[in-house]
Amino acid sequence: MTLHIDISEENLAGILAKAFRNRSFLAGFVITALVAAVALISFFWTPFDVTRLIIADKTQGPSLTHWFGTDHFGRDILSMIMVGARNSIAVALVAVGIGMGVGVPLGAFAAARGGIVDEAVMRLNDLVFAFPALLSAIMITAIFGPGALNAIIAIGIFNIPVFARVARAGALAIWPREFILAARAAGKGRTLITLEHVLPNIVTLLLVQGTIQFALGILAEAGLSYVGLGTQPPMPSWGRMLFDAQTRMVAAPWMALFPGMAIAVTVLGLNLLGDGIADILDPRSRRQR
Amino acid sequence: MTAYLLKRLAIALATLALASMVVFAVLEIIPGDPARLMLGLNASAEQVELLRNQMGLDAPLAARYLRWAGGLLSLDFGRSYTYSVPVIDLVRERVVVSLPLALIALALSTVIAIPVGLFSASRRGRAGDTIAMGAAQLGVAVPNFWFALMLIYLFAVWLRLVPAGGFPGWSAGVWPALKSLLLPAVALALPQAAILARVTRSALIEVLHEDYIRTARAKGLPYRAVLWRHALRNAMIPVLTILGLQFAFLLAGTIIIENIFYLPGLGRLVFQAITQRDLIVVESVVMLLVAAVIAVNLLVDLSYAVVDPRLRSRQ
Repeated sequence: MTLHIDISEENLAGILAKAFRNRSFLAGFVITALVAAVALISFFWTPFDVTRLIIADKTQGPSLTHWFGTDHFGRDILSMIMVGARNSIAVALVAVGIGMGVGVPLGAFAAARGGIVDEAVMRLNDLVFAFPALLSAIMITAIFGPGALNAIIAIGIFNIPVFARVARAGALAIWPREFILAARAAGKGRTLITLEHVLPNIVTLLLVQGTIQFALGILAEAGLSYVGLGTQPPMPSWGRMLFDAQTRMVAAPWMALFPGMAIAVTVLGLNLLGDGIADILDPRSRRQR
Repeated sequence: MTAYLLKRLAIALATLALASMVVFAVLEIIPGDPARLMLGLNASAEQVELLRNQMGLDAPLAARYLRWAGGLLSLDFGRSYTYSVPVIDLVRERVVVSLPLALIALALSTVIAIPVGLFSASRRGRAGDTIAMGAAQLGVAVPNFWFALMLIYLFAVWLRLVPAGGFPGWSAGVWPALKSLLLPAVALALPQAAILARVTRSALIEVLHEDYIRTARAKGLPYRAVLWRHALRNAMIPVLTILGLQFAFLLAGTIIIENIFYLPGLGRLVFQAITQRDLIVVESVVMLLVAAVIAVNLLVDLSYAVVDPRLRSRQ
């Protein structure tokens, strides 16, 4: 049932060879690397300065100088998308970190203890799942006010039960295995077994879920910024750019087109990457192929 | 079976109770005294004290929680600070927009996704499957609010087929009202349909490997009958699970989509309430949406028993 592999059974070169034959992985990897590169480059160089408003250049269509056109303040949209990439990636990455950091130990602990501890963790999961990310963001914003940090917290909290569930399901499949029995016979405690034997065996599972949550985080950050609860101007963000574009759809459709495509391409890349990793490392899908 | 149902019901109720405590606690943390907020800056300390007493704000925490939760049960959410009307009236006005929107979107998403999933699963690995799943990959990646903007540009600005936003109200007739919900529903439904189609496909592929499918084919049933009667039914559990989860996303999605299309639904209400710091409205709507999510997930749990007879006979 689970996506599980002992890396040791297979050499790394074999996995890499398989990775390069997997179209989904390759496409996802190239797109994701490209987006990451763009975000990194934006630290050193963008075609135009995104903090300078040149009203004379406002709402120009795509041209050779401004490939993606300019916004209502005359800012270069391509440059804003580059800086926005940085912001999106940072928010989604930290949110995944929060989800993994809290969720995985919770899930692994629930699986190791079982019984009432397991039940309590799962019910806590139900509770968090009842609050869609946007709702918890709304509540957090109602208390602390809007901002990128609160968006990270809201998305991160929503990620916790997701990772707890995946880690628990993965760990439950590992616990009945013989090498665990051997470790127990050797006198190792549950915590040590979890750390030394269970976690290494569910890493790929977590990696796949990580890319999915990363993609969802990008979408969620864009949504929150779009409604004004996430990243605040003047920091460029993809969601905020779409908000600015909304009222200018007729006069400047490019203002909406390009930031949306940036989001879609980034999410697509991450999803393809996740699918690819799952394909490569899942012994079952290998058999069916 | 009864034990299963009772356990699910108990869990749903406990989750609801815990969620209400979380929402209540969040409101307790928020700085600012509602009584002072209502009276404005010029109110004297005595006036504020009097109102606090009238509003029951000086009661102990537990008593206030019980009163609030009891109010929720009898649909008494309190009064909006800004509109000075009972919150339930505001909710009643708005829910007739949000609920139909979410339901139409859910129906659309299901109607699109299940046939696409069936199509793809039965042509696994062939050109049709590749194209359909490629489209689904794109659909998953596209943010619904951007998709909504593109739809507005195409159908409202360019082709002028539907209004770009606004809601005439159900009193203007069912068709004009439905027409203004159409684009928002499509915008909500398509990304969800893409996810659902992928899940349906992989669940079906799993099932199609089973022995009973081979048996059904061997006894001479046509492929279509096997696919619809045997395979689809057995693939329903993961599909239903995702449908339940999607309802939560749809509800959250309506919050954003309503703002794009200027629909006077619960989402718009919540945003206005946030900017006006009308917290009683925020907490009521959040509580209502959370209750809806819990209720739908309970329904999904119960429907497992309908779909899967094995669950019914299990003790």
